[in-house]
Amino acid sequence: MATFTLNINGTTREVDVDPTTPLLWVLRDHLSLVGTKYGCGIAQCGACTVHLNGNAVRSCSLPVSSVGNQEVTTIEGISEHGDHPVQQAWLEEDVPQCGYCQAGQIMTATALLKQNPSPTDAEIEMAMNGNICRCGTYVRIKKAVKRAADSGSMA
Amino acid sequence: MTLVKTKIGRRAFIRNTGMAGGGLLLGFNWLASCKMTPEEVSALPKEWFELNGFLRVGDNGMVTIMSPNPEIGQNVKTAMPMIIADELDTDWDKVIVEQAPLNTDIFTRQLAGGSQSIRQGWESLRMAGATARQMLKNAAAQAWQVPVAEITTAAGVLTHQASGKSAGYGEMASAAAALEVPEEVNMKSPEEFTIIGTDRKNVDGPKIVTGKPLFGLDVQREGMLIAMIVHPPAFGMTFQSADFDAVKAMPGIRDAFHLIAYPEGAERQWSDGGAIPEMVAIVGESTWQCMQAKKALRAEWEAPELLESSAYHEQALSDLLNKAPEAPAREDGNVDRAFRGAATIVERTYSAPYLAHNTMEPMNFFAHVTPEKAELLGPIQTPEFLENTLASVLEMPKEKIDIMMTRMGGGFGRRLYGTFAVEAAMISKKMQAPVKLVYTREDDMSQGTYRPSYKIRYKAGLDADGNLLAWHVRSVGTNDGRVFENRFPAGAVDHYRAEFHTLPTQVTTGAWRAPTSNFIAGVENAFLDEVAEAAGKDPIAFRLELFDRAINNPVGDPKQNDYEPERYAGVLKLAREKSNWDAGAPSGLSRGVAAYYCHNSYVAQVLDLEMEGNEPRVKKVLCAVDCGIVINPLSARNQIEGGIVDGIGHATYSALTFQDGRPEQNNYDTYRLIRNSEAPEEIETFFVDNGIDPTGLGEPSLPPVQGALANAMYRATGTRYYRQPFVGSQQEQRIIG
Repeated sequence: MATFTLNINGTTREVDVDPTTPLLWVLRDHLSLVGTKYGCGIAQCGACTVHLNGNAVRSCSLPVSSVGNQEVTTIEGISEHGDHPVQQAWLEEDVPQCGYCQAGQIMTATALLKQNPSPTDAEIEMAMNGNICRCGTYVRIKKAVKRAADSGSMA
Repeated sequence: MTLVKTKIGRRAFIRNTGMAGGGLLLGFNWLASCKMTPEEVSALPKEWFELNGFLRVGDNGMVTIMSPNPEIGQNVKTAMPMIIADELDTDWDKVIVEQAPLNTDIFTRQLAGGSQSIRQGWESLRMAGATARQMLKNAAAQAWQVPVAEITTAAGVLTHQASGKSAGYGEMASAAAALEVPEEVNMKSPEEFTIIGTDRKNVDGPKIVTGKPLFGLDVQREGMLIAMIVHPPAFGMTFQSADFDAVKAMPGIRDAFHLIAYPEGAERQWSDGGAIPEMVAIVGESTWQCMQAKKALRAEWEAPELLESSAYHEQALSDLLNKAPEAPAREDGNVDRAFRGAATIVERTYSAPYLAHNTMEPMNFFAHVTPEKAELLGPIQTPEFLENTLASVLEMPKEKIDIMMTRMGGGFGRRLYGTFAVEAAMISKKMQAPVKLVYTREDDMSQGTYRPSYKIRYKAGLDADGNLLAWHVRSVGTNDGRVFENRFPAGAVDHYRAEFHTLPTQVTTGAWRAPTSNFIAGVENAFLDEVAEAAGKDPIAFRLELFDRAINNPVGDPKQNDYEPERYAGVLKLAREKSNWDAGAPSGLSRGVAAYYCHNSYVAQVLDLEMEGNEPRVKKVLCAVDCGIVINPLSARNQIEGGIVDGIGHATYSALTFQDGRPEQNNYDTYRLIRNSEAPEEIETFFVDNGIDPTGLGEPSLPPVQGALANAMYRATGTRYYRQPFVGSQQEQRIIG
């Protein structure tokens, strides 16, 4: 066990855990930030996507010991009132079915649009291919990413 | 309006006016752990009045509607309350939806399966809304001393035009709650609907996109421990021994033991299918610590004489396919003689692998079992069956067992089999503590109730003019071999035989989205395409000829047939028209068609694609659907789209194979699921508008699309696709890990 001081959603949080613990389980079990989901544990499905200094990373395969003082942003932290343009686009397109993967989808999409505010269809697919949606909402996910990009508020 | 007798049971109207206060409402709902804004709090009524078990009206006109059935992503949590709200005649913006707990006194069939929630809930949901509206009208009539028949309602307001009196539902809620339940109520006719048939967004949407705790895996309680299981590594193996002490010494581990989930003599329901009665349980303080202990556990398992491999399944299914069953499931005419006289015979064999359900949220359940009561909370499609099993394994009367359903991160049939909830309960009982059982992805994929593996052989005989004379289908499957003998083309061909075998296997199987249809629809449509080609006919025209036969001169008793040929032909015609089928595929694309009827809904699809190497790139799927009245077109289209993506994905990429009883895939690095870039670019859905009572949409769009895909791939490549998956599991470099 070791103590780690983490910068999560703009707040400093301290946890005492095994250093090999993936950030995912620190968020979920120790900080009650359960919006970040467990899907596969091997960085293949994207359900656990969070931002590390603004980049989309798979928190299930990221040991807490490697986070350091980098800024961690989770689905709970991308907007205060759920009004991030990507969240709004997701609601406008009524994307979710079961909804389980959508936090990860949104985190990948927000990171994409931050770096590339006007992605092509191919760039959207490339970025979103790491996120599995078992309900098959991909058509709406693509529409929602485009809607958020077109809103212009991502630039 | 139609006056109908109130059918809802008195028990559904146990009044609870003491159930007051917004705080209680929120306390009732564990999901309300999310903070409310001051605006939301001030909008809450001071007092709620329960008009029946389905709904409560607040003193300010807000309405809380219980959604009775489990929500697995099929969006009943929006659609079922919409039906109630429409008959109540309230404003949808004033509705708060809550997931109902299991309560067999009030609700019937609290089950997510078979695409039946809307179809089977239709009457009781309308009755609940209409009865409450009638009670509000009766209250207003008494208060205003006017004839009740002169009172009208709209958007949550009662009006008596002659006297100019009007009142919001909130103002009459208290008086209405004290009234007797009327013996007769008026139900709307479809043209009077104001909410049904309109686009309404997912009621949980805002919580989903902000990451609120909605799912079973998100449940956290004071003092809660995490539990995990280690199940036999191969189907057929049984527990022998394990080094529990080594694991118990690991950090954070509270206990590790031999778990008997189903003690001898325990009564099992069908929902306990696939249960492994004995395994290892590990209980600890955190998920990661339990995962480490799982990896470290050394256990011995006893192997039976035969451990099944895919090669074994393949051979055994082939052997069985070559044997005639003792008797056909259906036989019309003289099939053998008809084949002898046929000018052309087409015979083809198709196969498909086992599939895992792979809900994105792995199996899990919260349980807190004490000698006094059992509290269970989690994702389950069959809570009522679970309660029966729990009563048996826990030796506890049902009255002491509370089951609440969380929103589910997918179901697809996997959570019909609630063995994981039984395991959670037994672990909690042993630990005398609240526990949340969590399966890892590997547990989830390697201990399933899989979609069976199938083989099927079709044989069709045509006369010299390309008319279908004879049809013979023989199906075999692992633990399943249904052939749907009364579905199309039964009734449309003079000489018809349908038969099946079942191959019992150790590998456990169960319902997987559109059970058996998820194989038969695709291959039947692929075969029909090939037969139409042999007949020199357009594939849609060929099918329509058969439907004409079933309509005008059906073979056998038409009541025996499990489809209405008019509606079946109707969706096919609609798809033909909307896709401009007669003009041919768009330039550069290849086109395939399929149609199917299952789960009481009719679907026809036209699919356009191009090939990129050996992989299909689907440009568009046009879908025509007849499910009667569409409750919520926005989410109905979502269901159709999801089923299509799911069907294409599994037919193209997915397979679960076995070596000596062990699944050879146990996570997404080896089990391939469809990804974003592999989904169709566009899906367009058209609904038949016919005012018929609604049927479900969770399953019907999935089965036929596999046939439309195979047929379009044939047009593109000149190759017929007889084996699923068409492409296979080789992961592409394009996937970003």
